[in-house]
Amino acid sequence: MEQQADAAGFAMWLFLLTEVMFFGGLFTAYLIYRNWYYPAFVAGSHQLDVRWGTLNTLVLIISSFTMAMGVWCAETRRRSGLVLCLILTFILGLGFLGIKTVEYSEKIEKHHVPGLHYSLQSFTHPETDAAAVKAGDKPLPPDMARHTEIYFSLYFAMTGMHALHMIIGIGILGFMIFRARAGAYTTGHVTFVENFGLYWHFVDIIWIYLFALLYLISRHA
Amino acid sequence: MSATIVSLPDQSTARIPKVNFLTKENGLLSWLLTGDHKRIAILYLISITFFFFIGGALAGLIRLELLAPQSDLMATDTYNKVFTMHGVVMIFLFLVPSVPATLGNFLIPLMLGAKDLALPKVNLLSWYLYVVGGILVLVTMITGGVDTGWTFTTPLSTHYVNTNVLTTGLAVFVAGFSSIFTGLNFIVTIHKMRCPGMTWFRMPLFVWAHYAASILMVLGTPVLAIAIVLVALERTIGIGVFDPAKGGDPLLFQHLFWFYSHPAVYIMILPGMGVISEVISTFSRKRVFGYTAVAFSSVAIAVFGFFVWAHHMFIMGVSNYAVLVFSLLTMLVAVPSAIKIFNWTFTLYKGSITFETPMLYAFGFMGLFTIGGLTGVFLGTSGTDIHLTETYFIVAHFHFVMVGGMLMAFLSGIHFWWPKITGRMYPEKISQLAAVVTFIGFNFTFFPQFILGTLGMPRRYAAYPPEFQILNVFSTAGATILGVGYLLPVLYLTWSLRYGEIAGNNPWQATGLEWQIQSPPLTENFTEIPIMDHEAYDYEWLENQNLARQKAKEVASVG
Repeated sequence: MEQQADAAGFAMWLFLLTEVMFFGGLFTAYLIYRNWYYPAFVAGSHQLDVRWGTLNTLVLIISSFTMAMGVWCAETRRRSGLVLCLILTFILGLGFLGIKTVEYSEKIEKHHVPGLHYSLQSFTHPETDAAAVKAGDKPLPPDMARHTEIYFSLYFAMTGMHALHMIIGIGILGFMIFRARAGAYTTGHVTFVENFGLYWHFVDIIWIYLFALLYLISRHA
Repeated sequence: MSATIVSLPDQSTARIPKVNFLTKENGLLSWLLTGDHKRIAILYLISITFFFFIGGALAGLIRLELLAPQSDLMATDTYNKVFTMHGVVMIFLFLVPSVPATLGNFLIPLMLGAKDLALPKVNLLSWYLYVVGGILVLVTMITGGVDTGWTFTTPLSTHYVNTNVLTTGLAVFVAGFSSIFTGLNFIVTIHKMRCPGMTWFRMPLFVWAHYAASILMVLGTPVLAIAIVLVALERTIGIGVFDPAKGGDPLLFQHLFWFYSHPAVYIMILPGMGVISEVISTFSRKRVFGYTAVAFSSVAIAVFGFFVWAHHMFIMGVSNYAVLVFSLLTMLVAVPSAIKIFNWTFTLYKGSITFETPMLYAFGFMGLFTIGGLTGVFLGTSGTDIHLTETYFIVAHFHFVMVGGMLMAFLSGIHFWWPKITGRMYPEKISQLAAVVTFIGFNFTFFPQFILGTLGMPRRYAAYPPEFQILNVFSTAGATILGVGYLLPVLYLTWSLRYGEIAGNNPWQATGLEWQIQSPPLTENFTEIPIMDHEAYDYEWLENQNLARQKAKEVASVG
């Protein structure tokens, strides 16, 4: 039994390693294009609302805390505590996705979704765009402005993949809440909760990198 | 040639053990829901054989088309689809899972003295993912195929073709996760499930090779997955990461793709090398020469294998300095590969060699893999690569490694462990014949392609200048012989399931833990947890075991 839990934990770490490689491909693409098209990336990032991003970072960090508490509750066999923690994590996860939806719909309205109808208006004529005015953007030459589409391609690919992981996580959380109420994890079989905790923290950490890389590009001393 | 090490029990009294993993439970569901690594191995064996023959039929079509210089059997775009599907099926549905998912699945727990893999359910899940991937490939084929080549090169795959890139991409994505789960399971099992006394340097080299291949599966495959996701996003909604019109770089796709797909060739070949180590040792009755060097050379291939990917892109506009570095690193991979070949050769030196079928295939492997590997050095040299790349020289090179190497190793392993898996021997004479036919057919098929490549015949075209015809006819004729060589084992191995001689526990007198138990094994593998008290390939230990058993029998009969 102990050997099995041990093996499952090790397997989970290996799985997270494959996840690191999975996101690694995206981070590599980001690194290259940010070096090539730095001004476009700065202008693109000014179109994101740092307040939403910060709020979402907080939401996820708190959800990681509630998840960690959940693992502790499972280990110390507190059933109602575990259920409460899982439900809180579940709600916070949904909250994150809700905020993300608000952000995405802003992008759709401003035609900042790469592909069809992508608009360069905010970058070639920043005076017409509130967010760009606020950041004090200068007009980008058309050639560089075009590359903001790469920035938004990466923005959607990276946050999209992250959101997909969140959705999968929330699905599993729902299943776990159901099982935890029946007392499945508070009789000593905590492996599943522990491994899910690892997954949840991993998704959280990915977000923290995404937040810094996508929202805070030009915000340094 | 009359010398043999085969020692079978007296056929008039021998019986297949009544209780074994095959007979434990009956009914289709007991197979489809099984957690037993041995049954999953058999599920995999059946499914990969199915896809091997689909891929083989496609190869047959390619060779038929190339019999004459004009594109007369099929239209050129159909030809593109046929060679693409051949590549996709053979690589993702046959070569990658071939040895690990069948023999590896069956043998790793047995060799380590464990009851099962560490995560039996994940193992079953990996088979289902494989099946889903396989079905998606079949759907692609039925609904019109895909013609990007198995490499999905952008911007061809994202902008210019109107075929089923998405279903194929999804198939590869899903099959990729099947392979990740297999690799992950092996790594965890090898770390956590070794029996008492089974130290890292007492493990059979088969296990070491799988360990190295698993590292590649776990670290490489996800990068392929994300590359395919980006291609799919570009095709569907039009994000621009690989689109030059938007400032993206198609070369980035190739970097991501080959970051997996170069290590993938080591995923394919390393488990085969593991098989060869076992077979060479058993049929020369000697411990593998330089055990530690062979073990570490597997890991070295895995590590170096991650740093050579750009040699697929020498003519695609990577910088000269990158070419220089990647060329040098590529040649470094030749070192651990050569260590293996030399050590196997030294194992043969002064050994008591016998020529049973697995050994014949292993000899085939050593010769053909050496040619395949050395021509890889030609291709790793940027000067010669610029002349030879995109010609039939490349085709011949990787078929020497993959078909001449890996497929020979797979067949060697299947014959070697057939008695353990089924409890019955395959018929020796006809299978020796099949091994020889395969070897001859193989050389007839692919050796002319080296010449065609140096003469400049490009790959991926349905038509070619008439002066190349004679060599192409040779190649197609060889492919026919090769086809016979592959059909024979299917026939006689099926025959042997019922009529083969009863093998007993250890027909080869081999030393691995898997040979010390009944054939076919029990579902739980070992009646009591074994204790490993000797090194791998210790033939003296085996002899002492046999003597002790004989003595015990004599005492019993006297008593």
